[in-house]
Amino acid sequence: MIELRKVSKWYEDFQVLDDCSTKVSKGEVVVVCGPSGSGKSTLIKCVNGLEPFQKGVITVNGTSVGDKATNLPKLRSHIGMVFQNFELFPHISVTENIKLAQLKVLGRDDGEATEKSRSLLERVGLSDQADKYPAQLSGGQQQRVAIARALAMDPIAMLFDEPTSALDPEMINEVLDVMVELATEGMTMMVVTHEMGFARKVAHRVIFMDEGRIEEDCTKDEFFSELRGERAQTFLSKILHH
Amino acid sequence: MFAEFDWKLVIDSVPHLWEGMQITLMLTVLAIFGGIIIGTALALLRLSPFKTASFAAGSYVNFFRSMPLILVIFWFYFLVPIIVGRPVGGFYSVLIAFVLFEAAYYCEIIRAGIQSVRQGQVYAGQALGLTYRQNMRYVVLPQAFRNMVPILLTQAIILFQDTSLVYVVGVKDFLVSADLIANRENRLIEMFTVVAAVYFILCLTGSLFVKRLQRKYAL
Repeated sequence: MIELRKVSKWYEDFQVLDDCSTKVSKGEVVVVCGPSGSGKSTLIKCVNGLEPFQKGVITVNGTSVGDKATNLPKLRSHIGMVFQNFELFPHISVTENIKLAQLKVLGRDDGEATEKSRSLLERVGLSDQADKYPAQLSGGQQQRVAIARALAMDPIAMLFDEPTSALDPEMINEVLDVMVELATEGMTMMVVTHEMGFARKVAHRVIFMDEGRIEEDCTKDEFFSELRGERAQTFLSKILHH
Repeated sequence: MFAEFDWKLVIDSVPHLWEGMQITLMLTVLAIFGGIIIGTALALLRLSPFKTASFAAGSYVNFFRSMPLILVIFWFYFLVPIIVGRPVGGFYSVLIAFVLFEAAYYCEIIRAGIQSVRQGQVYAGQALGLTYRQNMRYVVLPQAFRNMVPILLTQAIILFQDTSLVYVVGVKDFLVSADLIANRENRLIEMFTVVAAVYFILCLTGSLFVKRLQRKYAL
């Protein structure tokens, strides 16, 4: 469903992605990890064209992301994305956040969009917060609304860019629970995260990145066995230390 | 000195002064609206990836910001009738001058406001499939204008004071109305003191209101 072939990207002279190739099949959950600055967030932002890349090809459902002729807004409307800092729109209510793109992009009527928002808020356990503004919610609640907002578009795949990194520890699980549920329902997911518990539980594959390169791209079992390379070994021992 | 202050003249002048004040207020309000509309368009051009559009908008802004306002007022007073081919009256010529002049300043304010919206918000709108226009309209500009309210109001207060420059082409605004009475009755001190007091009270009230807004939005 998502395919990257020899993708490279530079900021001026600095190379942030170096010849990255991988694949995410339908229904697959792929976790991307690696030290900060390894290019994992940049890589995931290239998948829906938020960041341009200079070399290589990325296709989503057969459509080339880098092709100038591609209707990017239309392509993006089929791919949900969740950000590290939630990025709910602060000037409109929770329900309006979930409705906005349904109305403006999908052309749903108000009743349908409202009903969809209601059922998604129920699903992420936030029915009672529908009329609040984002700033009135905790981080964990905001991130769950952000997931609901992405799901409202009936996406064919979901991208998560460090969805729990900005959260207080006690709120991480409420977000991970929603993500685990999505994964077990068969959603295609590409998840940048350091939550190895999540990876162990639902990931099919794990990608390890370092210095802009994909160093490991293997099944979950391989990754968590002793077969992985030295850098991944070092990285894992650092984040699993305590 | 105040023993001789002619209060009766001041009170008798109120209807005339009010007429002048209406011109001043109308000019201020119309120039703000026109300036914000054109200024927003200029800001969007300036931030657009199209180099020519960005350069043209930038040149416009730099040009008007390098001109004294009084010169622009003069210029349009003589130029507009030539362009239109008939006299348009002082009011319309100064209105055009103010709108075009203010647009340059509003452009810079609005540009800063748009840039104050976090990149992550732009990404979020894009990721949902919003087009550039939709993202601007529903996500970026509403937040930008909210951030800009205090500085837009401050600019409005400056504009309110600046409209008194229409004096040079004889449009009968608040100041000119007072000036006419002052000279006719030879009561300069009374009339100009009253004018100063009115400007002071209105502008101070405006500034205090802006301060309160800033405190409110700072939360």
